[in-house]
Amino acid sequence: MDFIIIFQAGVATGTVLLFATIGELLTERSGVLNLGVEGMMLIGAMTGFSVTVATGNPWLGLLAAMLFAGLVSQIHALITITLHADQVVSGLALTFLGTGISLVLGEGLSKAGTVALLPSFSVPLLSQIPILGPVFFTRQSILVYIGYFLVPVTWYFINRTRPGLHLRAVGEYPAAADALGINVHGMRYLYVFIGGMLAGLAGATISLAVAPGWFSELTTAGQGWIAVGLVIFAQWDPVRAAVGSYAFGALRRLILDIQGPTVLFGFANPFYYNPYWGFFLQMLPYAFTVIVLVIGSREAIRKRLGSPAALGNTYIRGERGL
Amino acid sequence: MADEQSSYENVVEMRGIVKRFPGVLASDHVDFSLRRGEIHALLGENGAGKSTLMNILAGLYRQDSGSISVNGRPVTFSSPRDAIKAGIGMVHQHFMLVPSQTVTENVLLGLDDPRFLMRLSEYDKKVAELGEQFGLRVDPRAKVWQLSVGEQQRVEILKMLYRGAQVLIMDEPTAVLAPQEIEDLFETLRSMTLQGKSIIFISHKLNEVASIADRITVLRRGQMTAGGVSAVGVSTQELARLMVGRAVVFHLDKSPASPGEVVLDVKDVYAENDKGLPALRGLSLNVRKGEIVGVAGVAGNGQRELSQVIGGLRKCAKGEVRLKGELVSNRSALYGIQRGLAYVPEDRTHVGSAPNLSVTDNVIMKKYRQAPISHSGLLDMNQATRFAKGLKEAYDIIVPTVETPVRLLSGGNLQRVILAREISGEPDFMVAVQPTRGLDVGAIEGVHRLLLTQREAGSGVLLISEELDELLWLSDRIYVIYEGRIMGEIQLGGGDASQETVDVIGQMMTGTPLENIRMERDA
Repeated sequence: MDFIIIFQAGVATGTVLLFATIGELLTERSGVLNLGVEGMMLIGAMTGFSVTVATGNPWLGLLAAMLFAGLVSQIHALITITLHADQVVSGLALTFLGTGISLVLGEGLSKAGTVALLPSFSVPLLSQIPILGPVFFTRQSILVYIGYFLVPVTWYFINRTRPGLHLRAVGEYPAAADALGINVHGMRYLYVFIGGMLAGLAGATISLAVAPGWFSELTTAGQGWIAVGLVIFAQWDPVRAAVGSYAFGALRRLILDIQGPTVLFGFANPFYYNPYWGFFLQMLPYAFTVIVLVIGSREAIRKRLGSPAALGNTYIRGERGL
Repeated sequence: MADEQSSYENVVEMRGIVKRFPGVLASDHVDFSLRRGEIHALLGENGAGKSTLMNILAGLYRQDSGSISVNGRPVTFSSPRDAIKAGIGMVHQHFMLVPSQTVTENVLLGLDDPRFLMRLSEYDKKVAELGEQFGLRVDPRAKVWQLSVGEQQRVEILKMLYRGAQVLIMDEPTAVLAPQEIEDLFETLRSMTLQGKSIIFISHKLNEVASIADRITVLRRGQMTAGGVSAVGVSTQELARLMVGRAVVFHLDKSPASPGEVVLDVKDVYAENDKGLPALRGLSLNVRKGEIVGVAGVAGNGQRELSQVIGGLRKCAKGEVRLKGELVSNRSALYGIQRGLAYVPEDRTHVGSAPNLSVTDNVIMKKYRQAPISHSGLLDMNQATRFAKGLKEAYDIIVPTVETPVRLLSGGNLQRVILAREISGEPDFMVAVQPTRGLDVGAIEGVHRLLLTQREAGSGVLLISEELDELLWLSDRIYVIYEGRIMGEIQLGGGDASQETVDVIGQMMTGTPLENIRMERDA
């Protein structure tokens, strides 16, 4: 068990969670809860892989994945923003819809074999730094490096730019934004779309870079739900979201690797000799997600964590309050 | 541009404004004109059409007919943005501020400048300078949630001034302020008129209108009953008659208090608000039988939490609440109800009633466990209907049938339903939070009468209100609450409260304990 490898792989698989979490974070910052992340990720994974199989160009696959997932997210936007339906119900339905669409359209894709993948490379100089070099800058996919940029850019966008100011206003107090001429519904559509695109990107990151191929719904294996939980865990802050995503990525890898050796820290490795214990370990990230979601569903606790005040509420002009 | 502007005496000219809402004629051929540099009060009861008229001017609604001109030029607004561009800004009664953002961020919201990146420090300076110019002191870097209500109002005004507003519409601006803050606001408004701004002051408070306005327009049920009369030489009685359409009784007859033993005892209570921040910090007070005890204070100083702790809807971390000597805090709401507690909550439509249920269902909510409405575990709906019909008669609830869902009732009628339910339980103690908020003058009078009846019947009433006048009329004693602590207690004799009393209460409302005020006065 090599911790450098665990963290290196953690950063790679964590990039999937990072894209999905940042996307959902932006959507939620605008006041819309979209529980359809898992479904949109599957759409992205399937589309990305299938378009790459058809065209041989993974970049085209990536683009198609983002557009298709973004398009599907607009169903949620229409239902919740324009038709004022409940965001939780619509989001759950979107997960089922996304899963269904990707299973139907992905039929036969699992036999497609290998395709051209997105490039991986090491960064000169930076990869020479001890520990950090091998973890962050050695033989990582280009998407991983894009992830590094996404975090500060998102933080800066939210906190230091005019559109970011408007985004925060729409999620905190849409009536105030509306009174000053900000198009609340338009903004929410936009951020649901961006969230959808990033979920699609997350899905394609799996199928085109991190764990290439299409393995039906096991491709994402519930990572969309982990992303939803991570947004709460991150308290709607992109930097914390990145820390959480990479930590979860590393944890997933650790759980696999810890079952390998026969001896662990000088003792007989219980996870090697009792294979069932491994299942327990594999359950932990999901158990964590369930706990975070249950805790986060209490409004009082959400407020303490700093949730956008209007999260989950439909905005209708003229109705008092949020 | 400046020359052109000054050649028109009237900045705003509204003619024959008609606005219909389903079933209501909210504005019936109303004319309104605003002169440069004046404060023009728009007076009327709730539902008289003041806000409708001003929302039309602010671009939130479109009039069905009639014309508006600004600086002599006809205009049509399709959004608040258009109105702001024409120099008209509205300060809403419920502040349109994002609590988690700074003052400057709130001011900049929705503007085209800065285009993308925000160097906030530059804009902080601009906002501070603008505040200096108009006497609106507020720290541009402070987060809005940290500000007092008075400061938040200044931010709202700054927002409009920053956008170059020449006309400010102030919608009931004093409703949330302490007396001293009201004085500050009036000062600011006067200084703004000196700098060429014009102000429309929406209110239903006669005294304020008389003291601030240059001219007054009165509306009643969508119609104009007085158009731009000079505020000099018009009496408040006259204005009240124009507003209500009949003579109003300002002072209810109130017999001297004859308080009995203590019925509610709140001792050293600590509690948190919804955000987990301390809301009550060692609060103590008591209420005796046969008296009305007022709690005065600016909104958001722990009033809501206090009423919830008493009503059993919020846990307290420390301290205790006793009802007739029995511990009721940190138990259930039912526990208090069974021991003679009545609760008239602030939020009539969501806490005080179930909007989609009928009048009957709403009035039996505290009685359905007992005979005759409960019959060996089943509801006897005939008895329930009879009970509801009895209350409808006794409390003058205007409703077609008792099967009508209460969401269709007017504010005054809904409050009567709630009071009927609470009073019919013959409580020993009642806590009423803002029982007259949003009601018109006639309905307020009715609620006041019911509260006084309760007092005469020997029950104790804790009246939590932001309307100081109401507290002064009704209460036998007043506690003043500030940041979750009691600043002091004032005994009121019969008759009108002296100006000195009002001043002392006002000082306490802004955080000076009574001892300090007394010490300062003695020194």
